[in-house]
Amino acid sequence: MSTTRERIDSAMLHPELRAEGDPDAIIRGGRRLDHAEGTSRPLRRAPEPQPRGAKVRGNRPIDQQEAAARFIAATEHEKMHDERLWDLRQKRDREMHGIPEWEELRSLASAIKEHTLTHLDEYLDQFETNAKSNGIHVHWARDAAEHNHIVHGILRDHGAKSLIKSKSMLTEECGFRHYMASVGIEVIETDLGERIQQLDNEDPSHVVVPAVHKLRTDVAEVFSHTIGTDPDNTDVHYLAEAQREATRPLILNADAGMTGANFVVAETGSFVVCTNEGNADLSANVPKLHITSIGIEKIIPRLEHLAVFVRLLSRSALGSPMTQYTSHFRGPRAGGEMHVVLVDNGRSERLGLEEFWTSLKCIRCGACMNTCPVYRRSGGLSYGATYSGPIGLIINPTFNARKYSNLPFASSLNGSCTNVCPVKINIHEQIYAWRRVLVKQHEVPFAKKAAMKAAGVLLSRPAAYRAAIAAADTALAHLPRFVIYNGLNAWGKHREVPHPPKQTFHSWYHENRGAKR
Amino acid sequence: MRIGLFVPCYIDAFFPKVGIATLELLERFGHDVHYPRDQTCCGQPMANSGFKAECADTEALFVRNFSGFDYVVSPSGSCVHHVRDNFDAIEQTDEVKAVRARTFELVEFLHDVQKVDAFPWARFPHRVGLHNSCGTLRRLKHALPSELHEPFFSKPTDLLSKVDGIEFVRPARPDECCGFGGTFSVFEEVVSTKMGYDKVRDHAQAGAEYIVSADSSCLMHQQGCAERIGVPMKFIHIAQILNGASA
Repeated sequence: MSTTRERIDSAMLHPELRAEGDPDAIIRGGRRLDHAEGTSRPLRRAPEPQPRGAKVRGNRPIDQQEAAARFIAATEHEKMHDERLWDLRQKRDREMHGIPEWEELRSLASAIKEHTLTHLDEYLDQFETNAKSNGIHVHWARDAAEHNHIVHGILRDHGAKSLIKSKSMLTEECGFRHYMASVGIEVIETDLGERIQQLDNEDPSHVVVPAVHKLRTDVAEVFSHTIGTDPDNTDVHYLAEAQREATRPLILNADAGMTGANFVVAETGSFVVCTNEGNADLSANVPKLHITSIGIEKIIPRLEHLAVFVRLLSRSALGSPMTQYTSHFRGPRAGGEMHVVLVDNGRSERLGLEEFWTSLKCIRCGACMNTCPVYRRSGGLSYGATYSGPIGLIINPTFNARKYSNLPFASSLNGSCTNVCPVKINIHEQIYAWRRVLVKQHEVPFAKKAAMKAAGVLLSRPAAYRAAIAAADTALAHLPRFVIYNGLNAWGKHREVPHPPKQTFHSWYHENRGAKR
Repeated sequence: MRIGLFVPCYIDAFFPKVGIATLELLERFGHDVHYPRDQTCCGQPMANSGFKAECADTEALFVRNFSGFDYVVSPSGSCVHHVRDNFDAIEQTDEVKAVRARTFELVEFLHDVQKVDAFPWARFPHRVGLHNSCGTLRRLKHALPSELHEPFFSKPTDLLSKVDGIEFVRPARPDECCGFGGTFSVFEEVVSTKMGYDKVRDHAQAGAEYIVSADSSCLMHQQGCAERIGVPMKFIHIAQILNGASA
């Protein structure tokens, strides 16, 4: 029995000391016994942990759906991601409406790319000749390994131990950072988003905005244990400034710089890099040695063609009229050296694929990702591949059909990607075509195959089909199995099954228009 | 005109009212409408999943059922899209080509072939949100998708505007996919249902009492999603409104 005094005491206690609703607290006489410090809770709520990407297990097929489900379960991340990218799509639409000849530009861009891709050897030769006469060293790499060796060789020749670089999807494709780490060369990404991803040891989740799947609480967490920021301070200016302070000395002291290229001009032997942070210019201009990795599909014949692409690129990507920096590189600076590595890495082979070669028109704007309702809700890392979103669905299987065999199925085939694509790649048709190829190559699960075979048999035999739903009025509840094939379970897990009517149309027709054949 | 009525499997089974409304509507315009009894499906579920060989027999059956009509009309955009654009698992004989070319989705048929200027029997005094399925929007080109910079048009809106009392609401993302996507809805069900939740919430926030569509498959999915998360919303096929359904 508690005394009156104790009851009053207890009623007057702060809720934290009464420890109401805390199953772990030890309470005597209405008062928490343990040390206040030990049980006090932080004032802020713990932020939602960042959902991680697809589990990659060697060559086994990536389970995009599993990773997407975890992303959706992280409701704050999913909502932010969906809204942020949808906002980019809307900004793109606004820019589009400001250009009366938008659709004409798209057709032109597509035609230029198709022309170039069908004369690729000529333009590459032309570029090489002109680049060399500009004083650029030109290298050719058959695949990722060759690219990495060539770059390593150049760095070794110069005794370079550190490399600052701007964002490049090609170097992601080549596993460049991992390779450089293995040979003891420090790589510093200079794009802020890419740097965040590098510090978090994570791939970019988007081709233009690589850390778009992260909340600022995630960034604060990463920075707190990599560059020593306050984990509770999620102010974007504070975080950006801290990163600037940490990275700037590394940039100033780097031995070599590396960039990618958005466009390569054959007639001038020059290349163009588009960024919004100016970081490519730092990478190219601070150290004396500048190395550029370029996929062979980036070439365009003439400088005047650039005007078409520059008008489309940033409008499609971020809904801004231009990137902040559009830098032309024509040759080494006085006292400096410039190297270009032209990389194939599967592109020639892709060029020979009748249904898929036009995927090489891609200018990596990311518009298809921003508009894709599946991508926005799944996060780019759910694809477990260098390229995510719609363009990833059709490019990744060219690298490894088994590993990426599930990806072409991660689409509702809505076709919005095709409509936003500035170079008019028929993305959704290629997704559909990949499904056929993968089924033909037996890269789909047995259960799916069995279900589809059974459906094909049933639906082509009217008598059997009608027999299956013969006792229609009572058996209708079982129909989803025939109509949706693989499962009432998957249908009903997160949504209600349809309410079966009293009668099928078939039997209604029989009753009401019976005489008519 | 002699018209073959194609009632896809899921409409036959779950939405007989949609089939009946389509039939009656075509009959109102004086057409000689036939429903071939041996029809089942167009082959789309197998085809969309990549199984070309598995849909050959179903496609052949479709041609046997619908050969010889002036038009084949169906209240399902995605099925018509399959017949017209992807129906290639069988040899493309003249007969097959003719059936494919004569197959129309109901809205297209009423708008482009019949050129209907009034539905005097139709009255629908409700706020509706129009859902263009991706098949009708981006393949059959029922309306201008928001991604393109071209002159605006919308065939379903043209038709529905002739219905007395109807009021349209505009959701924030009018042509975002609802997540049905055929077999996508079961093979990728988590993403599919999340898209469905967002779709029905968007229409609800815009003030829609009904979501109206030319595709019952999208509506079946959206209804399942709305019921699961408790969004009060009604769903109706455009054929039912045009045929004079009161609610």
